[in-house]
Amino acid sequence: MTAIAFPAPDAGILARRDAIVAGLAALLPAESLVESSDERRVFETDGLTAYRRQPLAVALPSTTEQAAAVMKYCHDNGVPVVARGAGTSLSGGAIPQEDAVVIGLGKMSRILSIDYANRVARVQAGVTNLAITGAVAADGFFYAPDPSSQLACTIGGNIGMNSGGAHCLKYGVTTNNVLGATVVLNDGTVVEIGGDHLDSEGYDLLGLMHGSEGQLGLITEATVRILRAAEGARPVLFGFDTSEEAGAATAAIIASGIIPVAIEFMDKPAIDICEAYAKAGYPLDVAALLIVEVEGSDEEMDAQLRKIVAIAKQHGVKVVKESQSAMEAALIWKGRKSAFGATGRIADYICMDGTIPTGQLPLVLRRMDEIVKRHGLRVANVFHAGDGNLHPLILYNCNDPVEQAKAEEAGNEILKLCVDVGGCLTGEHGVGIEKRDLMTHQFNKVDLDQQMRARAAFDPGWLLNPAKVFPLEGRVSG
Amino acid sequence: MSSPLIPSSAAEAAAIVIEARAKKTPLAIVGGGSRSAIGRPMQTAADLSSRALSGLTLYEPAEMVIGARAGTPLADVENALAEKGQRLSFEPMDHRPLLGSSGEPTIGAVAAGNVSGPRRLQAGAARDSLIGVKFINGRGEDIKSGGRVMKNVTGLDLVKLSAGAWGTLGFLHEVVFKVLPKPETEATLMLSGLDDSRAVAALSVALGSPFEPTGAAHLPRWIDRVAKTLIRLEGFSDSLRYRAGALRALLAEFGAIDLLDEHTSASLWRQVRDATFLAKPRAQAVWRVSVAPARGPEVVAAIREGRDVRCFYDWGGGLIWVATDAADDAGATAIRKAIARSGSGHATLVRGTPELRASIDVFQPLTPPLAALHRRLKASFDPDGVLNPGKMHAEF
Ligand SMILES: Cc1cc2nc3c(=O)[nH]c(=O)nc-3n(C[C@H](O)[C@H](O)[C@H](O)COP(=O)(O)OP(=O)(O)OC[C@H]3O[C@@H](n4cnc5c(N)ncnc54)[C@H](O)[C@@H]3O)c2cc1C
Repeated sequence: MTAIAFPAPDAGILARRDAIVAGLAALLPAESLVESSDERRVFETDGLTAYRRQPLAVALPSTTEQAAAVMKYCHDNGVPVVARGAGTSLSGGAIPQEDAVVIGLGKMSRILSIDYANRVARVQAGVTNLAITGAVAADGFFYAPDPSSQLACTIGGNIGMNSGGAHCLKYGVTTNNVLGATVVLNDGTVVEIGGDHLDSEGYDLLGLMHGSEGQLGLITEATVRILRAAEGARPVLFGFDTSEEAGAATAAIIASGIIPVAIEFMDKPAIDICEAYAKAGYPLDVAALLIVEVEGSDEEMDAQLRKIVAIAKQHGVKVVKESQSAMEAALIWKGRKSAFGATGRIADYICMDGTIPTGQLPLVLRRMDEIVKRHGLRVANVFHAGDGNLHPLILYNCNDPVEQAKAEEAGNEILKLCVDVGGCLTGEHGVGIEKRDLMTHQFNKVDLDQQMRARAAFDPGWLLNPAKVFPLEGRVSG
Repeated sequence: MSSPLIPSSAAEAAAIVIEARAKKTPLAIVGGGSRSAIGRPMQTAADLSSRALSGLTLYEPAEMVIGARAGTPLADVENALAEKGQRLSFEPMDHRPLLGSSGEPTIGAVAAGNVSGPRRLQAGAARDSLIGVKFINGRGEDIKSGGRVMKNVTGLDLVKLSAGAWGTLGFLHEVVFKVLPKPETEATLMLSGLDDSRAVAALSVALGSPFEPTGAAHLPRWIDRVAKTLIRLEGFSDSLRYRAGALRALLAEFGAIDLLDEHTSASLWRQVRDATFLAKPRAQAVWRVSVAPARGPEVVAAIREGRDVRCFYDWGGGLIWVATDAADDAGATAIRKAIARSGSGHATLVRGTPELRASIDVFQPLTPPLAALHRRLKASFDPDGVLNPGKMHAEF
């Protein structure tokens, strides 16, 4: 039994499928319309693979005009639309529904211009996150937000989810790094929001688009900030006997006035899993591990690391590993970066994404462990310690429906715990379908109604990715 | 106009809004009053003041987060932070010198106006630091969005929408910001005698370097006889020395470079932040223009084709402060035409008489589809136009 419900597909739309496919075929070149059942299967799920639905058809526009024509057609014919980038969403944000047309941005993956004088790049929304950095790296620049999925995920999906990454402690998340976007509204109208200047005019619609999970419009192009990379970056690895000590060291580092580019935390199960897979040289006799990265010239990094190591020592650090070479640095990161993949090799997992006030860390780690044990499961923790964004990986066997239900229950309890200690349900993965029914735990009715009324200003008919974010009951249209 | 309404709780504020909505008596929202002269003049029945909603609600230095009721003086927030060696990273401008206003700026108005300063180009705007809001919407409902944690994508981001909406979507009663440590020290590199284009080219080199300037401004000759191009560095003193040296080498082709010490640097950047160079003559209108930085000088040249103006640049050339003669439309047409010709950007009239502010678009006019979206959004928060009606745009 899988717990999360989808709305029943609209039988009227399903009955009109042939006509709708023909209507779309008139708007798109043949290679841009996917309609056979086999080919549609590629689009039936995303990173939340326990759930899948075949869409009615998939449109793969290669221009904003084509995308706008498809949006207008769906609007005029009352057909739901699900925007899709690379489909790596971990919350089910990109999972289709049977009565919806998926608009995939896969054919819009070009970098349109790079402007070093203004430190921006104009890109199509289907470009991958890493491709932007790839295009400017030779000139010493980079695009800052770096989700671990950056090889695959797209800038459109990053905006859709307001994605973060390990380095956002210093550089911010997607919303802090995008200056403009071309957006196709529900009825096919194309609008430009912002541009290559700072702060868009009028209400902050660009800010509102970030994290809106394909519910306000379809992004086809974006202007992103590119930054000059630091002269060098160097991680240090700390092992602690308790996660309390690791948490206290994190707080003390921040309090000292140093803002490292990243502070990543792993608990004992995560260390074991990653070390077995990546052979990164992680100590196996500690309960918690921190990876702290600093940037700058060699002298600057030396000075910062000296301070950071001294602080860690005041907090009972047991193992200190400073990287002496680029290879050692890469190895330290390799373990952390392979955390999801390595975990996936030993078990199925669901990745939770709550954020907590960092001061609550020891309490939350303890309570989380209790919750998971009570459900007879295991949990491994890797997360961004600097900003309190947790990623407990709950291990289970997806072929065992009872275990899957338990894993989902444990996950829900953990997220509620995050809210109860002053945090939130999701720090960077989005609500999607996964946390949709928990929204009432974080927000009361007036809060949610206000969000839905703002949503309705863009999509009063609830055609844009309608199964997501807001509980299916009690929806408001204006 | 009747005397101001001064709720001392969110519930009282909600009751006031509900009554105003029922009686169709719109409200003008005021904080300390230091920025009240920004925006279009409004037809309202009473002022709704945040004055009695004061005090910090949360400060966790180790978590780098501070929360306060909307009417808390900005100075109180900044003092509390300074005691723990922290600050608001976006460097909020104080509008009093420019507007000749008095009153105590409040933290709520900083959020509502998305009020930022020179460090915006590196550390983000107020909207980037704002992580939680509570507000009373135009239906008298108490709404929360965001919270007290740094990373939060739960539901629609009404926090961003509140920042820069100037109270037209809700009466903010509590705001939460993330904060940063105050660096050990600062210094400013100063180039002299450059024209606007060369100056912006130099700033572009500095901003495209790995040395992390936190300020990049150009003060043309009219301000202090010799043009000054300023690049601010902040951090630990060792690192600062290193980066200043590296930048000096990088900028060698732009001429001799002076290094301004911490004290001189701080006082100069305060003036840049507050645009004090344009404080007088008061009769002049003052515009705040945002464009792509490298196009700043060409936008200024285009404005000058039609008008005699005094300008200076912040944000590496991307923020242009323009003082114009207040006659006719005070340059609105010329400025907006110059922006349109350059590509993208916007202009806001920050200082002008009530007559001027009533007769021209104070905020950048919106394209028809964006205007329609704004109208629907406004209606979704404030269906009967009770809160700051017409402050940003005449129609809503
Ligand atoms: C192994 C792994 C590691 C990950 N690590 C991170 C991480 O470190 N940090 C993090 O934040 N996330 C992470 N994620 C989650 C995921 O990669 C991000 O949410 C990412 O931004 C999704 O991008 P996508 O292109 O795959 O979008 P999709 O999954 O296709 O879509 C995501 C959402 O955005 C909407 N959308 C997509 N494109 C558009 C568009 N053009 N216009 C409007 N809406 C659109 C979709 O409807 C959907 O709601 C990870 C995922 C995996 C599988």
